[in-house]
Amino acid sequence: MTETTTDIIWLTLGAFIILIGLTFLGEVLRARQDPDTPNPVLETYMTRVQSWWGMVALIGVAMLLGKVGVIILFAFASFAALREFLTLTTKAQADHMSLALAFFIVLPLQYVFVALNWGGLYTIFIPVYAFLLLPIVSALRGNTNKYLIRVAETQWGLMITVFSVSLVPALINLDIAGYDDRSILLVTFLVMVVQLGDLLEYFFGRRLGRRKIAPGLSPKTWEGVACGVGSAMLIGALISWITPFGVLGAAAMAGAASAVGMFGNIVFAAIKRDRGVKDWSHLIPGQGGFVDQLDSVIFAAPIFYHLTKFFWAS
Amino acid sequence: MTLLRSFAARITGHCIRLFARAITAVRADWQGIAPIPRQRVYYSNHTSNADMPMIWSVLPAALRRDVRPVAAADYWLKTKLRAFIGPEVFNCVLIDRRPEVNDKPMDKILAALDDGSSLIIFPEGNRNMGADDLLPFKAGLYNMGLARPDVDLVPTWVANLNTIMPKGEIIPLPLICTVTFGAPIHVQPGETKDKFLSRAAKALSDLKPELGA
Repeated sequence: MTETTTDIIWLTLGAFIILIGLTFLGEVLRARQDPDTPNPVLETYMTRVQSWWGMVALIGVAMLLGKVGVIILFAFASFAALREFLTLTTKAQADHMSLALAFFIVLPLQYVFVALNWGGLYTIFIPVYAFLLLPIVSALRGNTNKYLIRVAETQWGLMITVFSVSLVPALINLDIAGYDDRSILLVTFLVMVVQLGDLLEYFFGRRLGRRKIAPGLSPKTWEGVACGVGSAMLIGALISWITPFGVLGAAAMAGAASAVGMFGNIVFAAIKRDRGVKDWSHLIPGQGGFVDQLDSVIFAAPIFYHLTKFFWAS
Repeated sequence: MTLLRSFAARITGHCIRLFARAITAVRADWQGIAPIPRQRVYYSNHTSNADMPMIWSVLPAALRRDVRPVAAADYWLKTKLRAFIGPEVFNCVLIDRRPEVNDKPMDKILAALDDGSSLIIFPEGNRNMGADDLLPFKAGLYNMGLARPDVDLVPTWVANLNTIMPKGEIIPLPLICTVTFGAPIHVQPGETKDKFLSRAAKALSDLKPELGA
């Protein structure tokens, strides 16, 4: 067993211990609860914890399978996220072919390029080539009604749910001196600091939150975000042994990823408000859709990828 | 042979449901009724040939066993494959729409109801290709409600299928499809056909989600 595999098993077990604690807490609260009065907050909490069990197990198995496992997992997440996103965008029958291409050609190709480690291509394929070519396919059908809105929203969906998400498994491709085959752990690091930072931001925001960042749009407060980012930095420093960043570097990277992710969450809140929905879909019990689950990771991934590449990769 | 065919029909049914789930993540929204076995006529909007398989796919197994879609014989008997899927997988009640045939569709429908089956029907009669939510309903729904007043008539809105698989396209788009079941309606004593049909149409179009429909 390689050192990386051992680390993955330790991290998964660590996550399981946290989940056992959370499940235990929920069951205790449930037992103390009067069975006749329903408690929706507690029930939501329990469904969420159950979904987390599933997610940790899935990510753990994917990591143990290695690069291919992680790429397949994120490709499916991209597919589900793109489906949620494009369900809510403006489109016409004239876009049918370009949307089909987005799902069945652009998305798989992006992940194939990541798998083949063609860094020069997967960082520009969607921002440049899909951006230029898909509108041609839509324009050929001749319907100009809301044309710019249609192609722009489709491109937004691809950038968010395919390009940005694919940069999470692309972290494995980064070539860092003395870090070798361990770069798969960067995926764990990113997902862990961002998700735990979000969780603690919610926790602290409920207790200490005073000044809202975007009133009328998101419940996030400056106090909550500050505590969340601080916690993410602390967690980053604690698990710095799985990264090539060193303790201070890991804290800084965790802080940057977590902060961008939280503001990304506000962007998604604005889109959902614009489209009049509360969640992107109902596919993950208690959490809403895949985009709801991934939102901060989506925003953090490109920043994290390029910072790592710029400062550490050779 | 018949055993083999019914086995193949069950496998095909599973595959259709899996395919519907994988592509559209089709989801039932039980707004007005609970998913419990009860004799019902699910009446639905019709924009795509995939409407009926979608409703069929979201019904829980206990309900699906007793449900029979009412469908056009000319469509479902056209090829051997369709003649297998329509009558054997979906257990359709087939109606002959040709004007020269005096098929008495209502007799077949009432016979199916008297057997205890639930039905899926599309009261617009044809696929709706226009911009309006619904085409005017045909009289069938009213006649059913009048002849079998105990049966619940359940409005069932299928959202998004006209974008997922519009007429003339070959590749289905994987967008999320939602099937919304509303509160059941019945023909009121003394209610005229037109009044009932417009009430039924409103009950159905009211279920249309604000977005993504």
